[in-house]
Amino acid sequence: MTSSHRAALGENQMLKLYADMLLIRRVEERLGRLFADGEVPGFIHLSIGQEAVPVGVMSALTADDTIASTHRGHGHAIAKGMPLDGFFAELLGCEQGLCRGRGGSMHVADLSIGMLGANGIVGAGLSIALGSALAHQRLRRNAIAVAFFGDGALGEGLLHECLNLASLWRLPLLFVCENNGWSEFSPSAGQITFRLADLVPAYGIPYVASDGNDVVAVSTKAADIVAHVRREGPAVLECFTTRMRGHYEGDAQKYRDPAELEALAARDPIRIAKEYLRRLDVGEERLQDLLTDIDCRIEAAVAAARAGSAPDFETAKADTYTPVDLH
Amino acid sequence: MPELRYIRAINQALADALEADPSVILLGEDVSAAGGAFGATRGLRDRFGAERVIDTPISEAALAGAAVGAALSGLKPVLEIMFMDFTTLVMDALVNQAAKARFMFGGQRSVPLVVRTPHGGGLSAGPQHSQCLEAWFAHVPGLKVVCPADPASAYGLLRAAIADPDPVIVVENKALYATKAEVPEVLEPVPIGHAAVIRPGRDLTLVSYGGAVHTCMAAAGILANEGIEAEVVDLRSLQPWDEATVMNSLSRTHRLIVVHEAVEAFGIGAEIAARMADIGFDELDAPILRVGAPFMPVPFSKALERKYLPSADAVVQAARKVLA
Ligand SMILES: Cc1ncc(C[n+]2csc(CCOP(=O)(O)OP(=O)(O)O)c2C)c(N)n1
Ligand SMILES: [Mg+2]
Repeated sequence: MTSSHRAALGENQMLKLYADMLLIRRVEERLGRLFADGEVPGFIHLSIGQEAVPVGVMSALTADDTIASTHRGHGHAIAKGMPLDGFFAELLGCEQGLCRGRGGSMHVADLSIGMLGANGIVGAGLSIALGSALAHQRLRRNAIAVAFFGDGALGEGLLHECLNLASLWRLPLLFVCENNGWSEFSPSAGQITFRLADLVPAYGIPYVASDGNDVVAVSTKAADIVAHVRREGPAVLECFTTRMRGHYEGDAQKYRDPAELEALAARDPIRIAKEYLRRLDVGEERLQDLLTDIDCRIEAAVAAARAGSAPDFETAKADTYTPVDLH
Repeated sequence: MPELRYIRAINQALADALEADPSVILLGEDVSAAGGAFGATRGLRDRFGAERVIDTPISEAALAGAAVGAALSGLKPVLEIMFMDFTTLVMDALVNQAAKARFMFGGQRSVPLVVRTPHGGGLSAGPQHSQCLEAWFAHVPGLKVVCPADPASAYGLLRAAIADPDPVIVVENKALYATKAEVPEVLEPVPIGHAAVIRPGRDLTLVSYGGAVHTCMAAAGILANEGIEAEVVDLRSLQPWDEATVMNSLSRTHRLIVVHEAVEAFGIGAEIAARMADIGFDELDAPILRVGAPFMPVPFSKALERKYLPSADAVVQAARKVLA
């Protein structure tokens, strides 16, 4: 990271990035507790430790841009602007959820803000974002699409097809690899023989790497690369980041070296962002107010979700196809 | 009435859809400059441009996923998969994404995409270029499946599929591409989910779709010479299928045979037979029979393939059995 990155961001910008990350962090910590208490059914994959990536990337996007997410998608959803009420209600399986309790964590989506869904299938978001970018191009929108994917997806053949197609058609598509070094319970180093940095040039499109825990680095690089994508065509941004929790909640992580886990604290993206704020002389009090405000919003959303109703089975079943009157 | 080839009917449906709706795009391998491996898209690039009639690399999985993303983002993509056998490569996009997006996103948006793909044997195309895999798709909630047997329904079902807000798999029979039939002066969409009784008869009902409809018509001709009147129902849509029309026919003939080119086991015929055995039990004077391909890969040699494909004779024999 160069010093110009630091200089480039003023207090308000920095506070906004910090607040967006903190919101994701607090939402997920709250979810972790709700999950432990048995209030969130199914599986949840938290992105704690990776918040700088969605926040940094989204800071470069507009409301018209679209994103396709992964199984670890809460951060993408919230950074894109998903309302907390609909989000929590969905994760608790309520009718008031954005997906009316049919998708849950792994499928949470809000088409109205261009969030084309988390995804239960590793790599699937790549081609969905590709198609969204194709639509932007053919309908002559100024929008771009972003495909988020993990380093585990580097093993999927779909990535090659999508890189080739995006390059061939000069699509307004940004590939964002969230490289946390893990694929479930295995280090990806034991699965993947190549570096994305070496692969991407073969497709003739730009590749940029970023410290994925430094939100200033991610947002600065995202601003540049998104401008390129909007102007000229596809690119890849790889963010090296850290999964600070288990693969999913309830994962005891016996496969992980305790020393490695301990060392992660120093790389906590929230902590790194706080350092920037300290250098900008933002007082602890303001940060405390921010936290209080965020927690208030979260508690209101949790309370609303808890008061939500169970979805109706027949209504859900009828929605397998578009109702005839909407044809 | 004018005559039209099945493949030309598809071509005209695509042209009319491109003309009618600027959000329609065609995608596929060799569909644009070359006009399609079977010629279904011939001339469309010249009329509508390479921006809307798009040649693609051999990347079925990504293209099907892209069709989902494009459909969620305002386009109506029509993807050609050159042989139905290659749909093995698009299963994630169709089964996990296209079929479920509307439902699992709480009805926020529908997924208006069409996959056109030819199935069927008879051309010595061998085990990987001849399969009839439509039952796989009909088994997936969220997908619709149609299979036209003649030029008018090839036109009409494709128009209906492209206009439909949900993902539709249009299964064409490649042995029918070159066939001709009379069509109405003005071609119209054929609503999905409606079967047609294409030959009335009082003695038994033959339910079929796609190329096997013609096998049934040939069998009905043979049976007529023996004084047996077979009613032939062309399903046209497999998911949803027209239970009422089949039930109506069964309640007049009291005998039912389901005929298809796909392997007999675990197929469309099994579904229809099971359903009719349930709701039509009181009407049945004989067990419901199925006539389909044997449980083996589609063979290459003409001598083998001839025996493999369900024949009019096999249908006639089944008819004699239900009438015995
Ligand atoms: C196609 C497919 N294969 C396997 C899985 C099971 N699975 C879920 S997450 C995961 C690891 C993915 O690793 P990565 O892409 O790096 O994402 P991360 O979990 O590290 O965020 C696997 C194997 C799946 N959901 N989809
Ligand atoms: Mg990973």
